[in-house]
Amino acid sequence: MSGLSINNISMRFDLPNGGSVQALKNVTLNLRPGELMSVLGPSGCGKTTLLNIVAGFLAPTEGKIELNGNHVTGPSAERGMVFQQGALFEWMSVRDNVGFGPRMKGANKAETREKVDHLLDVVGLGDFKEKAVYELSGGMQQRVALARCLANDPDVILMDEPLGALDALTREKMQSLVLKLWKETGKTIILITHSVEEALLLGERLLVMAPRPGRIHREYRLPFADLGVGQDLREVKKHPDYAKTREEILSMIWDMEEEIMGRSETAQ
Amino acid sequence: MNVISMLWNELVAITIQFIASLPYFAAYIGIILATLAVWRVVKRSLTPKKDFGSLKTVTFGDESAVSSNFVASVVSVVLIFLIWGSFTGSRFVPSFLHMPGAFSGELTFTYTAENAEGVQDDAEVRVIVHKLGEEPTLPQIEIGEGWAKNDVLAVQTYRSKLLLWDKNDDFDRKAGAKIVSINGQAMTPGSSLEIANGRVAVTDKGTINVEPATGWQMEPIWLPAPESVFVFRLGQIWSEGYKNYSLGEHLGYSLFRVVVGFLFGALIGIPLGYAMGLNDWFRGWFDPIVEFMRPVPPLALIPLIIIWFGIGEVGKVILLTLAALWIMTIAARAGVSGVRISKVHAAYSLGASKWQIMRFVIIPNSLPEIFTGARVAMGVCWGTVVAAELVAAEKGIGMMIMTASKFQQTDIVILGIVIIGIIGFGIDMFVRWLERVLVPWKGRG
Repeated sequence: MSGLSINNISMRFDLPNGGSVQALKNVTLNLRPGELMSVLGPSGCGKTTLLNIVAGFLAPTEGKIELNGNHVTGPSAERGMVFQQGALFEWMSVRDNVGFGPRMKGANKAETREKVDHLLDVVGLGDFKEKAVYELSGGMQQRVALARCLANDPDVILMDEPLGALDALTREKMQSLVLKLWKETGKTIILITHSVEEALLLGERLLVMAPRPGRIHREYRLPFADLGVGQDLREVKKHPDYAKTREEILSMIWDMEEEIMGRSETAQ
Repeated sequence: MNVISMLWNELVAITIQFIASLPYFAAYIGIILATLAVWRVVKRSLTPKKDFGSLKTVTFGDESAVSSNFVASVVSVVLIFLIWGSFTGSRFVPSFLHMPGAFSGELTFTYTAENAEGVQDDAEVRVIVHKLGEEPTLPQIEIGEGWAKNDVLAVQTYRSKLLLWDKNDDFDRKAGAKIVSINGQAMTPGSSLEIANGRVAVTDKGTINVEPATGWQMEPIWLPAPESVFVFRLGQIWSEGYKNYSLGEHLGYSLFRVVVGFLFGALIGIPLGYAMGLNDWFRGWFDPIVEFMRPVPPLALIPLIIIWFGIGEVGKVILLTLAALWIMTIAARAGVSGVRISKVHAAYSLGASKWQIMRFVIIPNSLPEIFTGARVAMGVCWGTVVAAELVAAEKGIGMMIMTASKFQQTDIVILGIVIIGIIGFGIDMFVRWLERVLVPWKGRG
């Protein structure tokens, strides 16, 4: 069976005071190859925990992850990861950062160089190949992070709020870039975000998660990601369904946040 | 007497000393403020007030608006040498800036003595005050009339001398003669009198003690003039060396000990720090040792090192290795612990093995911390080597100043201190330069 399957995952963290926190409960999800899924939810709903389990950084208490029929037991190059920021290696040039994955595998140097240069051109950093990463702006650094992930040719790309630290204008440009790369490469992508708009634009499927315990609350199938490829995203936002879905999801999350607040108030 | 009251007395004595020195500090600050005022006037006349900087209204409290004023730094350094020169009569300082020096030349006074029969007689004393190394020529004098005869005496500057006034008189002290007045002022044994360019006193035994005025300048054995340190002594030690070793050998040995000790310390400390940062067993194993040894000043180990290894190179290098070891261990440990987990995760999901993560992520990521540690360790090593040489050594810059101090060769002591300071500063600059070249990403992650 090809694709990513998340089977009945539960995750419980033991606390130092003897108690425990149920971070995820019975999460089941299947992604076909090439699907783009955005994940949305209030703080503490277990989004990042889920991503870390899929990446193999955490072992779930129950359930299992399978990628193309293989049981996931740890991190590997087939599941690439893009972090919010600060995950680049600042002691390497832009080119060496992007070529890191192939270099670790011992790939042919000339081929790697060609691939890296091509990817840097694709993400619009053709003129910055020799620069140090700390000389680049935040948006450029995230372009490097995307290119670094793609250079390794993973089956699944996991993005943990990759655009969260960028300013609004840069963010919009980067959203277009993510859509373009998704369509061109045909990768399976899971993208975690705090922004409802971003989740709508960058999700064929949109997963809303609920907290305590972290679980899947609702799933949408949306047309906006396909519409947005190669298009001006502001045009996509004028689609009649866009505003309606946005309001629906926003109020859903507001309700959850209020429930959390209410619960903590009664607890006091 | 209990400890508290003893310490209280010490505190009182220190406070009195401190208060007594305040006028000098006040004078120094006054000179600095005066140059500030002069500089302000000069600057205002040189640059028009309407530049961009003058538009900045809030400067107080804005740390970015404060940078080191170059003029103030120049004034600071020049002033130190000026004060030094003017209190030592330096050739480098124009003579009108010299403090009044010790009196040299001739001073005279007259004493009146009385013999056992009550007969009084006057005699004149001529005192020739000569500088160190000068051979005074004593003038021929008339011995004068009466039973008390005139005297002549040679005294070196900054020294005092007893005048046995009765030696050439008709009646000596054994015969009951005694001083009753000097320059017309009544004197008794123990009393003293200020005269022009000096001071005279009658001692308990009835002789006269003559002290020529010392002025405001320091005697070279306490504070030599700058030229005697930087021209005479530096030239002498440069060409002849000191105590069988050239200056280069003294410095070379000191630096050799620092560099070798530091390298051994780093060679052991960095892998140890990595092990402690990466493995809980190593952390548990060495935590008590490191946490105990770190606060022990390396100087406190010197006696033990001397007992175990003697005063040769082995002991010195072991001491400096110990001085550098804990600093480098903690720096390497902090470098490992400080790696952002997202970098390690990123490397894992790019397919790196544990060894590759060590080689390409953890080690480069820890280098800035290690360089910070190296700067601290080199500074501590330099201080420790000088102290160790002060205690016991056959050669080295610290041994040079310690030996010189025993012979009151103050100029060598000062020269050594200046050289130690310059080299310490140079070491720090060198490590900073290395840091800029080798870890340009420091603080920019």
